[in-house]
Amino acid sequence: MAKDYTHIILADDDEDDRLFFTDAFDELKITTKVSTYNDGAYLMEYLLSEDAVIPEILFLDLNMPRKSGKECLHEIKANSRFKNMVIAIYSTSASEEDIEDTFVKGANIYIKKPDSFKKLKKILNNVVTTNWQYQANGLNKNNFLLRL
Amino acid sequence: MKIFVKFNFNKVCSAVLTEQLNKLGLKYNIANFGEVDFLEPLSSEQKKMFSEALDAYDIEIVEDQKTILVQKIKDTIIDMIYNLDTEIQTKSSVYLSEKLEHSYHYLASLFSEVTYTSIENFIILQKIEYTKHLILNENLSLTEIAFKLNYSSVAHLSTQFKNTTGITPSAFQRIIAKRKLLNN
Repeated sequence: MAKDYTHIILADDDEDDRLFFTDAFDELKITTKVSTYNDGAYLMEYLLSEDAVIPEILFLDLNMPRKSGKECLHEIKANSRFKNMVIAIYSTSASEEDIEDTFVKGANIYIKKPDSFKKLKKILNNVVTTNWQYQANGLNKNNFLLRL
Repeated sequence: MKIFVKFNFNKVCSAVLTEQLNKLGLKYNIANFGEVDFLEPLSSEQKKMFSEALDAYDIEIVEDQKTILVQKIKDTIIDMIYNLDTEIQTKSSVYLSEKLEHSYHYLASLFSEVTYTSIENFIILQKIEYTKHLILNENLSLTEIAFKLNYSSVAHLSTQFKNTTGITPSAFQRIIAKRKLLNN
Protein backbone atom coordinates (compact mmCIF):
# COMPACT_ATOMS: atom_id res chain seq x y z
CA MET A 1 0.00 0.00 0.00
CA ALA A 2 2.48 2.62 1.11
CA LYS A 3 5.36 3.21 -1.25
CA ASP A 4 8.77 4.00 0.10
CA TYR A 5 8.65 7.60 -1.01
CA THR A 6 6.39 10.13 -2.65
CA HIS A 7 7.63 11.20 -6.05
CA ILE A 8 7.36 14.95 -6.60
CA ILE A 9 8.11 17.28 -9.51
CA LEU A 10 8.30 21.06 -9.54
CA ALA A 11 8.38 23.23 -12.66
CA ASP A 12 9.50 26.75 -11.83
CA ASP A 13 11.80 29.17 -13.68
CA ASP A 14 13.03 30.87 -10.50
CA GLU A 15 16.21 29.24 -9.26
CA ASP A 16 15.83 30.41 -5.65
CA ASP A 17 12.28 29.10 -5.45
CA ARG A 18 13.44 25.71 -6.73
CA LEU A 19 16.16 25.60 -4.12
CA PHE A 20 13.90 26.52 -1.18
CA PHE A 21 11.40 24.01 -2.42
CA THR A 22 13.77 21.04 -2.48
CA ASP A 23 15.34 22.05 0.84
CA ALA A 24 11.94 22.18 2.54
CA PHE A 25 11.18 18.59 1.57
CA ASP A 26 14.41 17.32 3.09
CA GLU A 27 13.09 18.08 6.54
CA LEU A 28 9.64 16.45 6.29
CA LYS A 29 8.63 13.19 7.96
CA ILE A 30 7.23 11.67 4.80
CA THR A 31 10.12 10.78 2.54
CA THR A 32 10.01 12.29 -0.92
CA LYS A 33 11.98 12.26 -4.12
CA VAL A 34 11.94 15.70 -5.69
CA SER A 35 12.94 16.63 -9.24
CA THR A 36 12.73 20.11 -10.72
CA TYR A 37 12.40 21.55 -14.22
CA ASN A 38 13.22 25.08 -15.31
CA ASP A 39 10.14 25.73 -17.40
CA GLY A 40 6.95 24.21 -18.74
CA ALA A 41 8.49 23.05 -22.00
CA TYR A 42 11.20 21.01 -20.26
CA LEU A 43 8.59 19.61 -17.91
CA MET A 44 6.23 18.44 -20.66
CA GLU A 45 9.13 17.02 -22.65
CA TYR A 46 10.00 14.85 -19.66
CA LEU A 47 6.44 13.88 -18.72
CA LEU A 48 5.64 12.82 -22.28
CA SER A 49 8.85 10.83 -22.72
CA GLU A 50 8.38 7.10 -22.77
CA ASP A 51 10.28 6.20 -19.60
CA ALA A 52 9.03 9.10 -17.50
CA VAL A 53 8.18 8.32 -13.88
CA ILE A 54 4.80 9.98 -13.34
CA PRO A 55 4.96 11.80 -9.99
CA GLU A 56 2.26 11.59 -7.33
CA ILE A 57 2.22 15.39 -7.08
CA LEU A 58 3.22 17.97 -9.68
CA PHE A 59 3.84 21.57 -8.60
CA LEU A 60 3.39 24.13 -11.36
CA ASP A 61 4.46 27.74 -11.34
CA LEU A 62 2.04 29.81 -13.42
CA ASN A 63 4.42 32.28 -15.06
CA MET A 64 7.14 30.45 -16.90
CA PRO A 65 8.86 31.18 -20.21
CA ARG A 66 8.17 29.03 -23.29
CA LYS A 67 5.22 27.20 -21.74
CA SER A 68 3.12 28.60 -18.88
CA GLY A 69 1.67 26.65 -15.98
CA LYS A 70 -1.83 27.01 -17.39
CA GLU A 71 -0.73 25.58 -20.73
CA CYS A 72 0.88 22.62 -18.94
CA LEU A 73 -2.27 22.12 -16.88
CA HIS A 74 -4.37 22.07 -20.02
CA GLU A 75 -2.14 19.51 -21.77
CA ILE A 76 -1.95 17.31 -18.69
CA LYS A 77 -5.68 17.21 -18.07
CA ALA A 78 -6.27 16.26 -21.71
CA ASN A 79 -4.01 13.22 -21.37
CA SER A 80 -5.39 10.19 -19.52
CA ARG A 81 -1.87 9.04 -18.76
CA PHE A 82 -1.80 11.60 -15.95
CA LYS A 83 -5.22 11.00 -14.48
CA ASN A 84 -3.88 9.88 -11.09
CA MET A 85 -1.45 12.76 -10.73
CA VAL A 86 -2.33 15.45 -8.18
CA ILE A 87 -1.62 18.95 -9.53
CA ALA A 88 -0.63 21.82 -7.29
CA ILE A 89 -0.36 25.37 -8.59
CA TYR A 90 2.57 27.11 -6.93
CA SER A 91 2.42 30.79 -7.69
CA THR A 92 3.17 34.31 -6.52
CA SER A 93 -0.28 35.29 -7.74
CA ALA A 94 -3.19 35.16 -5.34
CA SER A 95 -5.77 36.57 -7.70
CA GLU A 96 -9.15 34.99 -7.10
CA GLU A 97 -9.50 34.67 -10.85
CA ASP A 98 -6.34 32.56 -11.21
CA ILE A 99 -7.33 30.42 -8.27
CA GLU A 100 -10.83 29.61 -9.38
CA ASP A 101 -9.80 29.27 -13.02
CA THR A 102 -7.06 26.70 -12.30
CA PHE A 103 -9.28 24.75 -9.89
CA VAL A 104 -12.00 24.56 -12.52
CA LYS A 105 -9.46 23.44 -15.13
CA GLY A 106 -8.44 20.53 -12.94
CA ALA A 107 -5.83 21.67 -10.40
CA ASN A 108 -6.25 20.07 -6.96
CA ILE A 109 -4.17 22.45 -4.91
CA TYR A 110 -3.44 26.17 -5.08
CA ILE A 111 -0.50 27.49 -3.11
CA LYS A 112 0.46 31.11 -2.89
CA LYS A 113 4.24 31.14 -2.47
CA PRO A 114 4.84 32.06 1.19
CA ASP A 115 7.30 34.70 2.35
CA SER A 116 9.25 32.50 4.74
CA PHE A 117 10.96 29.13 4.68
CA LYS A 118 9.16 28.08 7.84
CA LYS A 119 5.76 28.70 6.29
CA LEU A 120 6.83 26.88 3.15
CA LYS A 121 7.73 23.78 5.15
CA LYS A 122 4.39 23.88 6.92
CA ILE A 123 2.49 24.23 3.64
CA LEU A 124 4.39 21.46 1.88
CA ASN A 125 3.94 19.19 4.87
CA ASN A 126 0.20 19.80 4.72
CA VAL A 127 0.14 19.03 0.98
CA VAL A 128 2.11 15.81 1.25
CA THR A 129 0.22 14.59 4.30
CA THR A 130 -3.20 15.33 2.81
CA ASN A 131 -2.19 13.66 -0.44
CA TRP A 132 -1.02 10.65 1.54
CA GLN A 133 -4.39 10.44 3.29
CA TYR A 134 -6.19 10.49 -0.04
CA GLN A 135 -3.89 7.78 -1.36
CA ALA A 136 -3.89 5.53 1.69
CA ASN A 137 -7.62 5.74 2.32
CA GLY A 138 -8.85 5.58 -1.25
CA LEU A 139 -10.62 8.95 -1.07
CA ASN A 140 -12.17 10.46 -4.19
CA LYS A 141 -9.47 12.59 -5.82
CA ASN A 142 -12.00 14.42 -7.97
CA ASN A 143 -13.09 16.15 -4.77
CA PHE A 144 -9.53 16.94 -3.69
CA LEU A 145 -9.37 20.75 -3.53
CA LEU A 146 -6.98 22.51 -1.21
CA ARG A 147 -6.06 26.17 -1.05
CA LEU A 148 -3.10 27.27 1.04
CA MET B 1 -20.77 -17.14 -25.78
CA LYS B 2 -20.70 -15.68 -22.30
CA ILE B 3 -21.04 -17.51 -19.01
CA PHE B 4 -21.49 -15.70 -15.72
CA VAL B 5 -20.04 -16.98 -12.48
CA LYS B 6 -20.59 -16.07 -8.86
CA PHE B 7 -17.86 -16.23 -6.20
CA ASN B 8 -17.74 -16.91 -2.56
CA PHE B 9 -14.70 -14.78 -1.72
CA ASN B 10 -14.10 -16.39 1.62
CA LYS B 11 -14.02 -19.85 0.04
CA VAL B 12 -11.87 -18.81 -2.90
CA CYS B 13 -9.30 -17.14 -0.69
CA SER B 14 -9.21 -20.02 1.78
CA ALA B 15 -8.76 -22.45 -1.10
CA VAL B 16 -5.80 -20.45 -2.42
CA LEU B 17 -4.25 -20.34 1.03
CA THR B 18 -4.79 -24.08 1.58
CA GLU B 19 -3.27 -24.93 -1.78
CA GLN B 20 -0.19 -22.79 -1.22
CA LEU B 21 0.29 -23.91 2.38
CA ASN B 22 0.03 -27.57 1.40
CA LYS B 23 2.57 -27.05 -1.37
CA LEU B 24 5.03 -25.74 1.19
CA GLY B 25 4.26 -28.60 3.55
CA LEU B 26 3.47 -26.39 6.53
CA LYS B 27 1.29 -27.37 9.48
CA TYR B 28 -1.51 -24.86 9.97
CA ASN B 29 -5.12 -24.07 10.77
CA ILE B 30 -7.05 -21.46 8.87
CA ALA B 31 -8.71 -19.56 11.67
CA ASN B 32 -10.88 -16.54 10.93
CA PHE B 33 -11.04 -15.00 7.52
CA GLY B 34 -7.56 -13.76 6.71
CA GLU B 35 -5.93 -15.40 9.71
CA VAL B 36 -3.61 -18.40 9.53
CA ASP B 37 -2.49 -20.19 12.67
CA PHE B 38 0.83 -22.04 12.31
CA LEU B 39 1.31 -25.02 14.61
CA GLU B 40 5.07 -24.64 14.49
CA PRO B 41 7.03 -21.40 14.27
CA LEU B 42 8.08 -20.51 10.72
CA SER B 43 11.71 -20.01 9.78
CA SER B 44 12.39 -16.79 7.95
CA GLU B 45 13.09 -18.87 4.84
CA GLN B 46 9.64 -20.50 5.08
CA LYS B 47 7.98 -17.16 5.67
CA LYS B 48 9.68 -15.76 2.61
CA MET B 49 8.55 -18.70 0.47
CA PHE B 50 4.99 -18.36 1.75
CA SER B 51 4.96 -14.64 1.02
CA GLU B 52 6.32 -15.23 -2.49
CA ALA B 53 3.74 -17.91 -3.18
CA LEU B 54 0.95 -15.51 -2.22
CA ASP B 55 2.41 -12.70 -4.29
CA ALA B 56 1.01 -14.13 -7.51
CA TYR B 57 -2.51 -13.71 -6.07
CA ASP B 58 -1.83 -10.23 -4.78
CA ILE B 59 -2.30 -11.53 -1.26
CA GLU B 60 -0.10 -9.70 1.19
CA ILE B 61 1.08 -10.72 4.62
CA VAL B 62 0.13 -7.98 7.04
CA GLU B 63 3.35 -7.61 8.91
CA ASP B 64 2.48 -6.36 12.30
CA GLN B 65 -0.25 -5.96 14.87
CA LYS B 66 0.14 -2.19 14.76
CA THR B 67 -0.97 -1.94 11.14
CA ILE B 68 -3.93 -4.15 11.88
CA LEU B 69 -5.01 -2.06 14.85
CA VAL B 70 -4.64 1.21 12.90
CA GLN B 71 -6.84 -0.23 10.19
CA LYS B 72 -9.41 -1.13 12.83
CA ILE B 73 -9.32 2.42 14.19
CA LYS B 74 -9.92 3.79 10.69
CA ASP B 75 -12.74 1.34 10.00
CA THR B 76 -14.41 2.22 13.30
CA ILE B 77 -14.17 5.97 12.62
CA ILE B 78 -15.55 5.65 9.09
CA ASP B 79 -18.36 3.45 10.34
CA MET B 80 -19.06 5.99 13.07
CA ILE B 81 -19.29 8.91 10.61
CA TYR B 82 -21.28 7.16 7.91
CA ASN B 83 -23.74 5.54 10.28
CA LEU B 84 -24.46 8.43 12.58
CA ASP B 85 -28.15 7.56 12.32
CA THR B 86 -27.37 4.96 14.96
CA GLU B 87 -26.79 7.91 17.28
CA ILE B 88 -23.51 7.51 19.04
CA GLN B 89 -23.92 9.69 22.08
CA THR B 90 -20.51 9.29 23.62
CA LYS B 91 -17.43 11.22 22.58
CA SER B 92 -15.47 9.59 19.77
CA SER B 93 -12.48 9.03 22.05
CA VAL B 94 -14.61 7.07 24.53
CA TYR B 95 -16.33 5.19 21.76
CA LEU B 96 -13.05 4.15 20.12
CA SER B 97 -11.40 3.01 23.30
CA GLU B 98 -14.45 1.00 24.38
CA LYS B 99 -14.93 -0.60 21.00
CA LEU B 100 -11.25 -1.49 20.47
CA GLU B 101 -10.44 -2.23 24.11
CA HIS B 102 -7.36 -0.08 24.39
CA SER B 103 -6.81 3.22 26.17
CA TYR B 104 -7.42 6.24 23.97
CA HIS B 105 -3.92 7.46 24.74
CA TYR B 106 -2.44 4.25 23.32
CA LEU B 107 -4.66 4.33 20.22
CA ALA B 108 -3.89 8.00 19.58
CA SER B 109 -0.12 7.68 19.79
CA LEU B 110 -0.09 4.51 17.70
CA PHE B 111 -2.25 6.20 15.07
CA SER B 112 0.04 9.23 14.80
CA GLU B 113 3.08 7.01 14.58
CA VAL B 114 1.77 5.01 11.62
CA THR B 115 -0.35 7.47 9.61
CA TYR B 116 1.41 10.89 9.78
CA THR B 117 -1.75 12.40 11.21
CA SER B 118 -3.78 12.37 14.41
CA ILE B 119 -7.07 10.61 15.08
CA GLU B 120 -8.72 14.05 15.46
CA ASN B 121 -7.47 15.21 12.07
CA PHE B 122 -8.44 11.93 10.48
CA ILE B 123 -11.99 12.31 11.80
CA ILE B 124 -12.19 15.88 10.50
CA LEU B 125 -10.83 14.87 7.08
CA GLN B 126 -13.33 12.03 6.80
CA LYS B 127 -16.22 14.25 7.86
CA ILE B 128 -15.27 16.93 5.34
CA GLU B 129 -14.94 14.32 2.58
CA TYR B 130 -18.37 13.00 3.51
CA THR B 131 -19.73 16.56 3.48
CA LYS B 132 -18.36 17.02 -0.06
CA HIS B 133 -20.04 13.81 -1.09
CA LEU B 134 -23.37 14.89 0.43
CA ILE B 135 -23.21 18.34 -1.19
CA LEU B 136 -22.52 16.88 -4.63
CA ASN B 137 -24.41 13.62 -4.70
CA GLU B 138 -27.29 13.92 -2.29
CA ASN B 139 -27.97 17.57 -2.93
CA LEU B 140 -28.28 18.27 0.79
CA SER B 141 -28.03 21.81 2.14
CA LEU B 142 -25.24 22.65 4.54
CA THR B 143 -27.81 22.96 7.34
CA GLU B 144 -29.04 19.43 6.70
CA ILE B 145 -25.47 18.11 6.55
CA ALA B 146 -24.47 19.86 9.78
CA PHE B 147 -27.43 18.22 11.48
CA LYS B 148 -26.72 14.81 9.95
CA LEU B 149 -23.06 14.87 11.01
CA ASN B 150 -23.78 16.10 14.54
CA TYR B 151 -22.18 19.54 14.22
CA SER B 152 -23.36 22.01 16.84
CA SER B 153 -24.11 24.57 14.11
CA VAL B 154 -23.83 25.27 10.39
CA ALA B 155 -21.19 27.86 11.21
CA HIS B 156 -19.07 25.21 12.90
CA LEU B 157 -19.21 22.90 9.88
CA SER B 158 -18.59 25.80 7.53
CA THR B 159 -15.52 26.95 9.47
CA GLN B 160 -14.12 23.44 9.69
CA PHE B 161 -14.60 23.00 5.94
CA LYS B 162 -12.78 26.25 5.25
CA ASN B 163 -9.96 25.47 7.68
CA THR B 164 -9.41 22.02 6.19
CA THR B 165 -9.64 22.83 2.48
CA GLY B 166 -8.91 26.56 2.33
CA ILE B 167 -12.14 27.20 0.45
CA THR B 168 -15.75 27.65 1.49
CA PRO B 169 -18.37 24.95 0.90
CA SER B 170 -20.13 27.15 -1.66
CA ALA B 171 -16.87 27.82 -3.56
CA PHE B 172 -16.28 24.07 -3.58
CA GLN B 173 -19.73 23.44 -5.00
CA ARG B 174 -19.30 26.18 -7.62
CA ILE B 175 -15.89 24.90 -8.78
CA ILE B 176 -17.06 21.31 -9.17
CA ALA B 177 -20.18 22.45 -11.05
CA LYS B 178 -18.07 24.57 -13.43
CA ARG B 179 -15.74 21.63 -13.97
CA LYS B 180 -18.65 19.47 -15.01
CA LEU B 181 -19.82 22.10 -17.47
CA LEU B 182 -16.34 22.30 -18.93
CA ASN B 183 -16.04 18.54 -19.37
CA ASN B 184 -19.39 18.14 -21.11
